[in-house]
Amino acid sequence: MRLEGGLRTTAERYDRVPADLEAPLLFTSVDDVSARLAETGYLASPAVATTVFLADRLGKPLLVEGPAGVGKTELAKAVAEVARARLVRLQCYEGVDESRALYEWNHAKQLLRISAGRDESWDEARTDIFSEEFLLSRPLLTAIRGDEPKVLLIDETDKADVEVEGLLLEVLSDFQVTVPELGTISATRRPFVVLTSNASRELSEALRRRCLFLHIGFPEEELERRIVRLRVPGLDATLAESVVRVVGALRAMDLRKVPSVAETIDWARTLLALGADTLDETVVRDTLGVLLKHQDDVLKAGAKLDLGSL
Amino acid sequence: MSAPAGVAERLTSLVAALRAHGVRVGTGETVDAAQAMEALGLADRERLREGLAATLLHGTAQRPVFDPVFDLYFPRAVGGPGSQPADRDELRDRLAAALADDDAALLARLAAEAVDGFGGYGSSPASDGWSSHQALDRLRPQTLLARVRDDVRARGGGSGFADRLLEDEIRRRIESFRRMVGAEARRRVAERRGRDEIARRAVAPTADRVDFLFAGRDRLAELRRTVQPLARKLATRLAARRRRAARGSIDLRRTLRGSLSTGGVPMRPVLRRRRPARPELVLLCDVSGSVSGFSDFTMLLVQALHDQFSKVRVFAFVNRIDEVTPLLAHGAADPEGLGARIRSEATLTGWHGSSDYGVALGEFAERHGDAVGPRTTVFVLGDARTNMSDPNLPAVRQLAERARRVYWLNPEARAQWGTGDSAAPDYADLVEMFECRNARQLSALVGRLLPV
Repeated sequence: MRLEGGLRTTAERYDRVPADLEAPLLFTSVDDVSARLAETGYLASPAVATTVFLADRLGKPLLVEGPAGVGKTELAKAVAEVARARLVRLQCYEGVDESRALYEWNHAKQLLRISAGRDESWDEARTDIFSEEFLLSRPLLTAIRGDEPKVLLIDETDKADVEVEGLLLEVLSDFQVTVPELGTISATRRPFVVLTSNASRELSEALRRRCLFLHIGFPEEELERRIVRLRVPGLDATLAESVVRVVGALRAMDLRKVPSVAETIDWARTLLALGADTLDETVVRDTLGVLLKHQDDVLKAGAKLDLGSL
Repeated sequence: MSAPAGVAERLTSLVAALRAHGVRVGTGETVDAAQAMEALGLADRERLREGLAATLLHGTAQRPVFDPVFDLYFPRAVGGPGSQPADRDELRDRLAAALADDDAALLARLAAEAVDGFGGYGSSPASDGWSSHQALDRLRPQTLLARVRDDVRARGGGSGFADRLLEDEIRRRIESFRRMVGAEARRRVAERRGRDEIARRAVAPTADRVDFLFAGRDRLAELRRTVQPLARKLATRLAARRRRAARGSIDLRRTLRGSLSTGGVPMRPVLRRRRPARPELVLLCDVSGSVSGFSDFTMLLVQALHDQFSKVRVFAFVNRIDEVTPLLAHGAADPEGLGARIRSEATLTGWHGSSDYGVALGEFAERHGDAVGPRTTVFVLGDARTNMSDPNLPAVRQLAERARRVYWLNPEARAQWGTGDSAAPDYADLVEMFECRNARQLSALVGRLLPV
């Protein structure tokens, strides 16, 4: 987008509230969601499919919570692929701030511009250096600018500080960003927003209120079997079934870190690489480390599964 | 809104029932939920359930409240299953087959038949009802375990390693069938008694709102599983407080000295730097029968937080006191057995088995007085019911003088303090005492009171 004119006209241009934010809908029905996500290799549970459909239909951000490794980030990627949209990702961490999340002025370029322009008035120079050209847009601003479809993924929201949540509120409820020197920049096309959280910190009620809430837990046995078969195509069907059953049994135990879908897939790959065609005590004992990440978990699971001495 | 009026009314009463259980649902969310209903239609009940959950709930912990309430306001069916009441053996046969196949839809249908056939009691319209307990008692699904196992084995031919998991899997299926029967009975009762009342009374509150003193075994087990996530949350909260505290206040002396180079104008404020000393924590826990659930939970929580402190020492008492820190360190792997192990391995009781705060606190001051110093924060956990014996206030006063802070967490409601043999008001005069009845209150208190 090119900008001409002074400060005031720029602000006026941006202060216009978009009359029509209705982006073309991505999905026609819940079944459509499941089918098209499955094409990209993401098998969605009914809960996931329903909520994604609603997020698209109601135009609200989607807050996804769940244990690590159940495919929260994958979901955003799959939706981006289905929608043929650009995936804009904001990875949150402790200390992420406005200049990393929203926008930043390109100071070096501004200085260059000032030293390059010789015979012009101060007012002209000032209006010019605070124009779009010198604005570095960070993920949140990138996501609401431009007309192409976008999926905004705000990953591990719980890792960010509480102040950043305040920053997100304006973006998520009105899909706009206020730059004091420029005015308010509103989205011309609403992005599909996915926030993920591991619940290591309770997100504020204000943020939750603006989102649809989806908890992705561990999948049902049948679904997990299909996921394993899809991701590890070389694996024998009966072995896949046994793998999923063992993982299910481990999840029912009271462990420090229960294996997630990602670990199930890793384990299936390990078994495939080892050339195991059935599970027996030795194989399980030797590969339990792929599933369990704590030594006391390994010992406990070994005892419960009667693996003999470890 | 194109949804029929009856549906809107039903949605709002569902929301009201959720609010009555402490789920905070705003009007905006209710409108969203209505839009979701419109978009999804009413044809598929499970989709509707997920859609309403997505719009109305804000956290995973609210789901166990939502599901039973949803079942009441949007029941699967109305009235009985419509088939002839089957006889008991035939129903058991079909149940065994369904369990062997792990067919959830069929199990749900059988649950409806079971309640219809065996759960009804009473004959007059005023006193009759449906009891899941009675239905399960007649049907005894748990006794089907061996039969279903043999059934599956006969078909699968004992399929190798995963076979050893079979019994546990069947047990889980039976457990889920029992839950289905419970939900079905609730639905049938609600038809008769009015939904709102049943939604208020028969749906259990979320685990973190259950009183420690009245929580059953499974509720306590559920709470124990929340210890690790809760500890993680509290650790980040503590880290945030520590960061804020480390930024500290302005060091006036050094700011002024620095200002001399700028002609006495304080250009750069100098902040007071805190010595990074990790605080010490001492826990005194009453583990007598009445409050053991509370103490166990708190001990596990503090143990999970131990890397936040330079030293954590835990003492347990009934009427004598003993240090249990090493037991606790090993107990993290086996939280259920912790309480029993503490009671069997530590010397906690003298002549009798009832708690005596005066003697225990006196013994602490005498034998373990060196555990408390000016950097120590002490938490006392207990209901302060000292069975009419001397509360030994001087020992508490001495403790409060030596320690940096002493807090007392009491699992009883504030209104109960001082009734009967409770010495709570006497202790509360000497140290700060807080009401701490459930996990929610505990996590709020721990997040606020723990030293940084």
